[in-house]
Order: sequence, then C-alpha cells, then structure tokens
Amino acid sequence: MKTNEDRAEAWRVELRNAIKAKDRTNIERVHMPELDAEYRSHNRVEEVNLGITAEQAMEEAKRCLDCANPSCMLGCPVGIDIPSFIKNIERGDFQEAAKVLKETSALPAVCGRVCPQEKQCEGVCIHLKMKKDAVAIGHLERFAADYERISGNISVPAVAPANNIKIAGVGSGPAGLAFAGDMAKLGYEVVIFEALHEIGGVLKYGIPEFRLPNDIVDVEIQNLQAMGVHFVTNCVVGKTISISDLEQDGFKGIFVASGAGLPRFMNIKGENLVGVMSSNEYLTRVNLMDAANPNSDTPVFQGKKVAVIGGGNTAMDSVRTARRLGAERAILVYRRSEEEMPARLEEVKHAKEEGIEFLTLHNPIEYIGNEQGRVTHMVLQVMELGEPDASGRRSPVEIPGKLETIEVDEVIVSVGVSPNPLIPQSVKGLEVTKWGTVVVDNDTMQSAVPIIFAGGDIVRGGATVILAMGDGRRAAKAMDEWIKKSR
Amino acid sequence: MNKIVSKEYFSANVIKFEVEAPLIAKSRKAGHFVMVKIGAKGERIPLTIADADLQKGTITLVVQKMGVSSSKLCALEEGDFITDMVGPLGKATHIENFGTVICACGGVGTAPMMPIVAALKAAGNRVITVLAARNKDLIILEDQIRQYSDEVIVMTDDGSYGTKGLVTNGIEAVINREKVDLCVTIGPAIMMKFVSILTKKYELPTLASLNTIMVDGTGMCGACRVSVGGKTKFVCVDGPEFDAHQVDFDEMLMRLGGYRDIEREENEHYQATLKN
Ligand SMILES: Cc1cc2nc3c(=O)[nH]c(=O)nc-3n(C[C@H](O)[C@H](O)[C@H](O)COP(=O)(O)OP(=O)(O)OC[C@H]3O[C@@H](n4cnc5c(N)ncnc54)[C@H](O)[C@@H]3O)c2cc1C
Ligand SMILES: Cc1cc2nc3c(=O)[nH]c(=O)nc-3n(C[C@H](O)[C@H](O)[C@H](O)COP(=O)(O)OP(=O)(O)OC[C@H]3O[C@@H](n4cnc5c(N)ncnc54)[C@H](O)[C@@H]3O)c2cc1C
Ligand code: SF4
Ligand code: SF4
Ligand code: FES
Repeated sequence: MKTNEDRAEAWRVELRNAIKAKDRTNIERVHMPELDAEYRSHNRVEEVNLGITAEQAMEEAKRCLDCANPSCMLGCPVGIDIPSFIKNIERGDFQEAAKVLKETSALPAVCGRVCPQEKQCEGVCIHLKMKKDAVAIGHLERFAADYERISGNISVPAVAPANNIKIAGVGSGPAGLAFAGDMAKLGYEVVIFEALHEIGGVLKYGIPEFRLPNDIVDVEIQNLQAMGVHFVTNCVVGKTISISDLEQDGFKGIFVASGAGLPRFMNIKGENLVGVMSSNEYLTRVNLMDAANPNSDTPVFQGKKVAVIGGGNTAMDSVRTARRLGAERAILVYRRSEEEMPARLEEVKHAKEEGIEFLTLHNPIEYIGNEQGRVTHMVLQVMELGEPDASGRRSPVEIPGKLETIEVDEVIVSVGVSPNPLIPQSVKGLEVTKWGTVVVDNDTMQSAVPIIFAGGDIVRGGATVILAMGDGRRAAKAMDEWIKKSR
Repeated sequence: MNKIVSKEYFSANVIKFEVEAPLIAKSRKAGHFVMVKIGAKGERIPLTIADADLQKGTITLVVQKMGVSSSKLCALEEGDFITDMVGPLGKATHIENFGTVICACGGVGTAPMMPIVAALKAAGNRVITVLAARNKDLIILEDQIRQYSDEVIVMTDDGSYGTKGLVTNGIEAVINREKVDLCVTIGPAIMMKFVSILTKKYELPTLASLNTIMVDGTGMCGACRVSVGGKTKFVCVDGPEFDAHQVDFDEMLMRLGGYRDIEREENEHYQATLKN
C-alpha cells in the first residue's frame, strides 16, 4: 500500500520521531481566524473563515501522530492519505501536501471548507479517544489547497495523449467536475453539458459566497478547461438534446450527475402565499443571479422577520443569508432538537454568533397572509422528543394543542430536495427507485442502461460534495475500463 | 450567446426577433418556451417560442416591452447577441383533431398563441381565434393569426377596432352560435380567470397557458408554482398549460403581484440610467 511506503520514507520517520506523541497531543488545536460576527452579519460576500497562516498550519500539523493505522482515513469517504499530506505540511513542503490531496480529491479547497469533518475524518481521529480535540484536518486541507492556488503554481495534471473517444457529462456540480478531470487525464475528449448559465452546480447556486467563494470553484473549472474539458452551458439534456442524440453524436459513455435540484414543500395551508419560497429559489436568486446586488435585474425579498424551516446546511445557508440581507430577526425553525440537526457543526456555531435565533422543537402547520396575499404570520406546532426512529434519531412528536403564532414577512422552506426527474423520465430502461434516484452498481456507478453511468445526488438523494466527487471519480475509472473492454 | 438575425417591429412595444439556436429549433414543439437572460447581471425571463426555422436554425420570439428585462431585450438589434438562452422548456401543447377550437388571447398572449393556432389548424381543427386588447393599437399579429384561423374575431375594450367588448363576449357569442369542443386561452391572468369562469358555465373544456414568475425555468426553484385542482404544480415543468377550470387564478394573481414594487423600482432605476 502506497500509504505505508510513504510513511517509511526517511524524512517522515525522522519527523515522526522528533516529537513525543504525548507532546504532540498536548498542543492546543488551532483556532481558525474568523471575520467579526457583528461585521459579517451585514456583509454578504466576504468569507467568514479567514484561513490559517503557514506557521499555524505547521504547528497544527505537529499534532498529528502519523498513525500506523490512520483511523481518520477510514472516516474520509474518498480515503485521502491524511497523514501523508499533513506531514508534508509539518516539514514545510506545502506544494507536496497539495499534490498528495489531489491524488485523491479533485476539489480539496472546496472539501476543506464544506466537508462535515466532525462526522467524517475528524470524527474518528485518534485524538478523540484521548479526550483531545481532533486534528484540524479540514483546516489543513484548505490551507494546502489555498497555498497552491495563491502561489499561482497550480500544477495542471498531465493529460494522456488524446484517444479521440468522446464522452459526455450531464451536470457540472462536484460529481461532474471530478468525473471530467479524471477522464481528461485519461485522454478522453470530455464535454460537460450544464442546464444553467453557470458552471459549478450547487457549489455556485447553492452554497453562499461567505462559505465558499466562487473564485475557488472557478480556478478548478479553469484547470479543467486547461486540460481540454469542454463545457456547454444553457443545455438541458433531455430537452435541448436527448441522451440518444448524444449517442448518435458519437459519445461513447455518458455520466449523469444532474443532482437533486427539486425543492420539497410541506403542503401546508398558506404555503403559496407571497413571501414563502423554497431555499432553492432564495439561494438561486441571491447566489446565481446576484439579486441583492443593486446592479442585478433579478429581485429578491429582503425580509425583516425571516423564518427558515429546516436544520440542514441549506437551511443554515438560507438563514445566514437572510440575516446578511438585513433581517432583524432571522429565525431557524426545526422540528427536532439541536442535537439532531444535520448541518455542519461549524455552521451552527457561526449562525449563533451572527444572531440567528434557533427555534427548535417547533414545526410550522400554517401560514397566514394579508389582503395582498403576503405572508404575515406563521402558526407553529410545539414538539417534544419521543422514541428513536429508524434513523436512530429521536423523533419529534406533537404536544397536543400547544401552538404558537409568530410574526414573519418572509419564510424560506428548506426541508429537503428530491432528485431531478428530467433524465430519469426521459431515458427508457433506466432503473429508478421510488424516491426517484437512479439505480447504479455500487462499485462501477453503471446504470441499467450500459452507456449511462450516474453519481452524486441523482443517485444518493441529497448527500455531500465529497461523496458526489468520489462517485465522479469511480465512474470515470469504471467507464474507462468498460469502454476499453467493449472496443 | 445567441445571435439575433432579424428584428421586426409589430408595434412600438411589440417586437419580433429571429434568433440563432439550431438545437432548440430542432427539438421545440408548439407550447414550448425558452429562458432568456440579457447581460451578465440580467434576469432570466420566459418567452414562448413563436416559430422555428429548421433550415436556418433559428427560432422566433415575440416580445412585449414590460419592465427592465423585456426592455433590455427589445433594445438589442440585428447582429447583437442574447447573452444566455436555454430551452425548449415546458410541456408541448397536446395537439389533436378536437373539432372546433376557440383560441382566446389577450394582449401579448397572442404571441405564444400563434404556434398553437398553427398546430391546431395543421391537425385539422376548425380554429376560431378571438383577439382582444384594450384598443386597436394593442392588437398584434393579426395577419399571421388570420393565416391559420378559419375565423378571427377582434374585440377591443373601447370599440376602436372590431367589436366593442371583452374577450369573454367574443367567446360567448361563438358558444351560443355553434358547438365548440375546446377553448385555449393565453393572456393576462385576470383575463384567463374570466374566460375560465365563462367556459365552466358552458362546460367547455378549457386550457390556459399560465405566465407565472419564473427563475430557472427547469423545475429547480418553485417560484412558478400554482395550485391546480388543489395540488401544487410547477408551471415550468408541469405546464405551462393546465385545465383552466382547475387553476386557482386568485392565488396566481396574488403571486404575480408579489414583486410588483421591486419591479417598479428596478424599472425606474433602469429608465434613469438610460437618460444619463
Ligand atoms: C445550500 C446547500 C448547501 C450545502 N452545503 C453542503 C456542505 O456544506 N457540505 C457538503 O458536503 N455538502 C453540502 N451540500 C450538498 C452538496 O452540495 C451536494 O451533495 C452536491 O453538490 C451534489 O453534487 P452533484 O454533482 O451530484 O449535483 P449538483 O451540485 O446539484 O449539480 C448538478 C448540476 O446538474 C445540472 N443539471 C441538472 N439537470 C440537468 C440536465 N438535464 N442537463 C444538464 N444539466 C443538468 C444542474 O443545473 C446542476 O448544475 C449543500 C447543498 C446545498 C443546496
Ligand atoms: C411560459 C411563459 C411564456 C411567456 N411568453 C412570452 C412571450 O412570448 N412574449 C412576451 O412578451 N412575454 C412572455 N411572457 C411574459 C414575460 O416573461 C414577462 O413579460 C417578462 O418576464 C417581464 O419581465 P420585465 O423585467 O420586462 O418586466 P417586469 O417589470 O419585471 O414585470 C412585468 C410583469 O411581468 C411578469 N414577470 C416579471 N418577472 C417575471 C419572470 N421572471 N418570469 C415571468 N414573468 C415575470 C409579472 O407579471 C410582472 O408584473 C411569458 C411568460 C411565461 C411564464
Ligand atoms: S475530503 Fe473531507 S472527509 Fe476527506 S479528509 Fe478532506 S475534509 Fe476530511
Ligand atoms: S487519526 Fe488523527 S492523529 Fe492519526 S493520522 Fe489521522 S489525523 Fe493524524
Ligand atoms: S421556474 Fe423555477 S421551478 Fe419553475
């Protein structure tokens, strides 16, 4: 295994032995410098996390024990060689650290920022067993990737000689981007079709600038373009062109990564009132259309009393955006307790610092509007925690008759998304679950229609960036093998 | 980027564009629309594909100047480029030989109606088109509509052209005169509401093509949602045509007005920049 080879290298043995394990674990975990909470609650675009310095990164890297059996790697869905990249930071070779990351992750600058580390890599770091804070793997990952980008020495990966085989990707989110990168490396002629006018999927239209600046995504896209990947925007596969058109045009493999873009509503009274909208609509207006910018033609409500329904990353992004757009009260309404919230821990912390009110164990049952049909109030059912449900989380149960009514002028519904039905509906023979996700082989990501592979949220429902990216890479590998075999 | 190959004024505020879009021209059907965005900070707005030319690889759009976005589009000239255009979107109109069909359109609803009138005629229907507007100047596309209609009834609010009266008076006259099998209506929501009330009284099946506010036009945001038969539908993917008698027009009217103040402000801002 490559991991162990690297670990046996002389410099690394020396580095490992230079400091006692106990002294390493005794170092305090680095604190990520952040924008002032009051300032940032009015500032829409500046990134909250400012990044750690080289000194901080090298100090934090010392905390990692360079474990022989690194448990952290088991927590990372794509198995990044975590100790290897961290030890390269410790010895000051940041460029090499970035290279190690890129061997596994197509988007380390993104994952370092948005992975739910506390549930993944950091959640199983050995430090936790010793009642210490986990190594700040995410911060270090972000540091190495940012260092490489800012230094301007981004290595465009070597591309194999062109094999003149055309393959297509549908959707330019993390799954599509990761797929494109790997296929380009293998020498394929890659065309990615994107329905929107921007490339990047949720990374652009969903996750706000204050958490993931667009520049970072754009650098990755430019990298792919430098490798020869061709992007076609404003093209809805299944509408503008069909999958069979693509086959006829000579595409030998098609990777569907069309995401889970369909917003869910709760179907309660008053949900179609003016001022009640999905988080997709809200975030699309603000992030994709830049609606809060006076020079943008797209309008957006800038409510003063905004309620956001849900407890995931999308809800957190919406409520923090509302706060930044001038909400005096920005309230997160969640039907379970804070412990069950699926959002990243850091987002919850940041949200609280920014003055977001958390109304947990409450669930909306009705919206009330005025004569113009604008929402003015919401009726909430108060809940309590009952027995654990199938997911192991304690399920919320209504406290009979206990209702509350609060004033609102904008409501953002963020209770989940469903897979985009366009492709599943338009391709004969594709196997689809009752939730609308595309069925694929777990290892190869190949669907029931051999030429079609799929990955990311269209296969998993709402998942994570890193899982989507991992799917893209696995699909690339398998598609390459399949194409070679079938020639 | 899609190139404008021709521009023609139907009136000061209604303009026909032919735009290069070979893929869309190939796959579009009557009832489909495109989303159009002008400029880097432009808004995405829906426009019906009025016609297509497969040979030239172009589609036709008929645009009425309303606010900022439609005005920006109308300011473009032959040879200019539309920044972004995507389609064809929505469900195509279900076309078959129904028998006698009334196509009732008001104002700029005439533009999206044109391909439907043509398709219905081609399928062998007897097509009676009712064109309605406030006054004579606002009647557009009359010649084109006449080409494909067996009969055209023009109604104006002020009697400056055709018969004085509302679109509903025109429809009712036909219903009282002969057997009609279907009514299709496109126009301002308030007009479609009254058409729907009327045809419901006569139990005449009616399709309304809804012009709700849209953002992406691909089913992603839910801005375009309406209640149809008590269920929430997305106009951009489930429509734009629905059984008019099931549509909650009052809710739709309410939602259409949602951004009116912001739109007015943006337009004033835009007009001011034009003057400078
Ligand atoms: C607001 C928000 C915050 C999030 N925060 C986090 C986070 O902090 N950490 C994390 O790990 N995950 C987060 N997620 C989840 C994560 O973003 C997704 O799991 C991930 O983006 C899925 O990637 P994907 O490539 O499958 O699809 P997407 O990113 O959804 O991309 C799909 C793309 O396909 C395009 N498309 C769809 N249909 C077609 C078609 N027919 N033809 C052409 N193109 C098409 C879409 O326009 C879109 O651009 C968040 C999601 C949201 C919405
Ligand atoms: C399916 C469909 C097909 C259409 N086809 C045509 C057509 O062929 N020709 C044509 O001239 N118009 C058509 N329209 C209407 C056209 O989209 C609007 O006139 C345009 O968006 C107005 O934008 P504005 O900025 O110029 O005006 P604004 O001042 O912003 O708005 C004027 C009015 O237009 C409507 N509107 C505003 N924003 C939107 C939006 N994003 N999406 C939809 N409606 C909006 C509202 O009712 C508003 O009150 C169609 C609408 C739909 C939904
Ligand atoms: S990709 Fe995500 S889970 Fe894996 S090491 Fe990086 S931050 Fe952790
Ligand atoms: S488990 Fe923690 S200490 Fe061990 S290698 Fe991984 S990050 Fe380093
Ligand atoms: S316009 Fe966004 S879902 Fe219809």
